[in-house]
Amino acid sequence: MTVKFSMTVNGKPVEGETEDRTLLVQYLREDMRLTGTHVGCDTSQCGCCTVHIDGKPIKSCTILCAQVDGCEVTTIEGLAQDGELHPMQNAFRENHALQCGFCTPGMVMSAIGIVDRHEGEDLDEKTVRRELEGNFCRCTGYHNIVKAILAASQVMNKSA
Amino acid sequence: MYEFNYQKASSIDEAKSFHDASEEPKYMSGGMTLLPTLKQRLARPSNVIDLAAVPNMSGVEVTSDMVTILARTPHAVVNSNPELQRAIPALAKLAGGIGDPMVRNRGTIGGSTANSDPAADYPASIVGLGATVHTDRREIAADDFFLDLFETALEEGEIITKVTYPIPDRAGYMKFPNPASRYCIVGVMVSQKGSDIRVGVTGAGACAFRVPEMEAALASNFAPESVADIKISPEGLNEDIHASAEYRAHLVTIMAKRAVAEAIA
Repeated sequence: MTVKFSMTVNGKPVEGETEDRTLLVQYLREDMRLTGTHVGCDTSQCGCCTVHIDGKPIKSCTILCAQVDGCEVTTIEGLAQDGELHPMQNAFRENHALQCGFCTPGMVMSAIGIVDRHEGEDLDEKTVRRELEGNFCRCTGYHNIVKAILAASQVMNKSA
Repeated sequence: MYEFNYQKASSIDEAKSFHDASEEPKYMSGGMTLLPTLKQRLARPSNVIDLAAVPNMSGVEVTSDMVTILARTPHAVVNSNPELQRAIPALAKLAGGIGDPMVRNRGTIGGSTANSDPAADYPASIVGLGATVHTDRREIAADDFFLDLFETALEEGEIITKVTYPIPDRAGYMKFPNPASRYCIVGVMVSQKGSDIRVGVTGAGACAFRVPEMEAALASNFAPESVADIKISPEGLNEDIHASAEYRAHLVTIMAKRAVAEAIA
């Protein structure tokens, strides 16, 4: 069986038809070739596949394409605007918050969610570490990731 | 995943008609348990009936003596609702400890309750706070709801619409999470509302249960030391690679003690 859907991906309207059982991450990667969203574990543990649906981070390996009908999806490819990196991406670059880079797209999407949830607050390290519980970095490079998120939260709160 | 037919219901009635017309139906709310289960091919429903488009099934309402959580309310909302945080802080805390932030944005109280996973958090709150589970056809008291491993009092095709919690005088929730999955190895919700004392345990047994000996001890003195020496029998408790039955039995006492300490803090 197939199902028809329409959604917005990184600001562009998308209409499609896919198998009922197609996961959002499959559609993003295989049909739309948006391969920045990674599949690390495929068991909703690692967070590499994190994207935003209607502004909230979710794991795209654990949602059907059909469930996203009518929603707004943002992937890592949709963050930079007019060639300017998103403040979170920039902070990851400035703080060398990646080693192999595999978990990075999910980390960035999840990190933006952390800053959004604490809008206007002074984020502390403990909160960031706790709320990163759904993202694994198997290089164990958490130190600089946390530093980058704290740095980005300053910039994002100022521009908000 | 095996193939299935995806159906989006726009009302409870439509969901039920989809259900009745299919061979092996399964309702889906947030899908945080169902989808991983399907991906591991541990279930093979012919029809997955999505309840996401049914109106008026998500939200929190707080009155002077009751907290109502509609079935499709995600954990993140239960965790962050300011009125609920004031009314039953232990319940807001419980919701904030489920899975991780992305899971909490999707997973729902109705889905978790209907699933009755032995290691889920919400069942401890339902039993430990004396909640009522409302469905499309009746109301089910907390003590009658959880029957066994992944087994509840829900009948074939029955849909949870909301859960209502009487606001206790005080309550506390403590869990010992599995460090990888964040599921409960043991979680305990204790509450006091007048002379009604409840100790609800999840993670330890096949489904959530109460501990009458602890409740009796707390009734005479609502303090951590009242439960500190009450031992639970490991007989029939869960045993897996993460924890033995003896260890879980031990943890029930420890978590109960800490939950009481939190309730009176």
